[in-house]
Amino acid sequence: MKSIEMSITNEAGIHARPAGEIVKKAKEFSSTINISKDGKAVGATKLMSLLSLGVKQGDVVTITAEGDDEEAAAEAIAHVIRTEH
Amino acid sequence: MSVITGISASQGVAIGKVFLKKEEQVRVPIYTLAEAEIPKEIARLKEGLDKTAQALQNLHDKAKADVGEDEARIFDVHRMLLLDDEFVEHIETTIQNERVNAEEAVAVTEEVFANMFANMEDAYLRERAADIKDISKRLILNLLGQEEKSVAGIDYEAIIVAKDLYPSDTIQINKNFVKGLITLEGGKMSHTAILARTMQLPAVVGVGEAGDEIQEGDILILDAKKGEIIINPSEAEIEEFKKKQAEFEAYQQELLKYIGTESVTSDGQHIEICANIGRPSDVPAVLENDAEGVGLFRSEFLYMDSPEMPTEEEQYQAYKIAVEGLGGKRVIIRTLDVGGDKEIPYLNIPKEENPFLGYRAVRVCLEMKDLFKTQLRALLRSSVHGKLAIMIPMIISVDEVRRSKELIAECKAELLAEGVAVSDDIEVGIMIETPAAVMVADLLAKEVDFFSVGTNDLTQYILAADRMNPKIADLYDTCNPAVLRAIKKVADDAHEAGIWIGICGESGADTRLTGFFAAIGIDELSVSPSSVLEVRKTVQSINAAEQKANLHQNWNI
Repeated sequence: MKSIEMSITNEAGIHARPAGEIVKKAKEFSSTINISKDGKAVGATKLMSLLSLGVKQGDVVTITAEGDDEEAAAEAIAHVIRTEH
Repeated sequence: MSVITGISASQGVAIGKVFLKKEEQVRVPIYTLAEAEIPKEIARLKEGLDKTAQALQNLHDKAKADVGEDEARIFDVHRMLLLDDEFVEHIETTIQNERVNAEEAVAVTEEVFANMFANMEDAYLRERAADIKDISKRLILNLLGQEEKSVAGIDYEAIIVAKDLYPSDTIQINKNFVKGLITLEGGKMSHTAILARTMQLPAVVGVGEAGDEIQEGDILILDAKKGEIIINPSEAEIEEFKKKQAEFEAYQQELLKYIGTESVTSDGQHIEICANIGRPSDVPAVLENDAEGVGLFRSEFLYMDSPEMPTEEEQYQAYKIAVEGLGGKRVIIRTLDVGGDKEIPYLNIPKEENPFLGYRAVRVCLEMKDLFKTQLRALLRSSVHGKLAIMIPMIISVDEVRRSKELIAECKAELLAEGVAVSDDIEVGIMIETPAAVMVADLLAKEVDFFSVGTNDLTQYILAADRMNPKIADLYDTCNPAVLRAIKKVADDAHEAGIWIGICGESGADTRLTGFFAAIGIDELSVSPSSVLEVRKTVQSINAAEQKANLHQNWNI
């Protein structure tokens, strides 16, 4: 299992558009990808759940990926979170 | 027939048949399915989803072509939510487990997800509940094979009557058919009102409960200037209306003569007449009305129309359209003026007791530096396409001006280091809209290239009279000597320091005050595009020296 912890720098947090990009990206991988905040984990392919985490600027989230392409999957999602605003 | 009144939001008169844009209550049928019918029902759901997704895609494409990607994005977000695995799975599971029809399954699912969002702490996410309801309604209507009642489909001469209109409605308005707007809510500065002025559509807002009297199919006469609506007029009233309409059209026609003429008083004093805009798509109206530049581009609409923060690139594209579109004439873009009556959900600014005296405009920008710098970078990048000026709102002190200028310098240095071109000739000015700025205008004038007086806020702050409160509407008087003396002091301080001064509030278009502005040497008046020619006509009709001599007598100054 690959896991990446990161803090959110984007001023609006994970709002609708970045969440949409995360979902699109997550679907490209076969691994099961989760994103968690304060112990609550949701699937990265689920837009509504992702939004419902209410991730704001300054929050710390953990990305975990499990499967054949877990390494690349976790990195790719982290990249989307870092760059999508 | 009966007559109801509201707040005048724009000029002009119109007659048309009512198009009622209510919060529609969709009647959702409920029936139980036999086990064998379930696969067929799920196939029907999929078909509905496809159709709805396609409709949203079309709306997105149309909006993108008409008004740009920024305002189109809401439809993209809606499509993503509609096709979300979880949302779709929940509907399918409900059909399977409860053995109910697709429409009912959507309604059940809507409630689950809308409640989830509605109960969240975060203001941005609470707004998403409305999105869930919106997409569910679209989907149910599609499943029922019913047409969605969209203003885009209007194909007769109509007056739209709504509780309030949203950006997603207004971008679909086809001016060939839509002749006027009436909203039950909102004031002179509401989204609908500002849009109506820019689109030059007759509009009456804030009609209140009286508007409930209006029924689908009624014929209405709308006198926007008077704020009057006649429901189902008599023959005589229609005649009267036609006379008025002809007069208004003749007047508009007469104003066209002023295109290409100079905005100079009879004794040769030039007053530049510019236009106020809120969107890049307003640029054609600026040019058609022969404005001499853009005196105020309210950038907050880029933020308010969008479900999330517009990026530097998106802002750059929007500013570029305006700066380039004016072909070298000056475009003054005001930095984000959030707070007060303008709320942007995703910024999560908590509700305040006293928003007009609270966390707003430059106060927000100087604290959320990343947000401010994103905007400043986009502005600076657009400067190479024409003649940009940057204006900072809600200033009360020299310190705020200096800190803003430092950030502008910082962004410019960053861009140049990145190899991005920035113009060397960008004027930086401030809004004068607080009593504090009036009192220290002499000090502020040494820091900036120009002043622009925001008379709407200045009037309410000087007179301590809330411009949204109908009970004290008579106190909110833009011609009050206290307000005019403040403007005169600021003009004197500006000219003493050798900088120019403009007016960008509603007063700028008030032709009762044009003589006063000429008398105190105001250099520029920025008004809605539809008022440019009327103000120019007024300027040409006055003698500035005479106005100056009578300043005391006319205005108690």
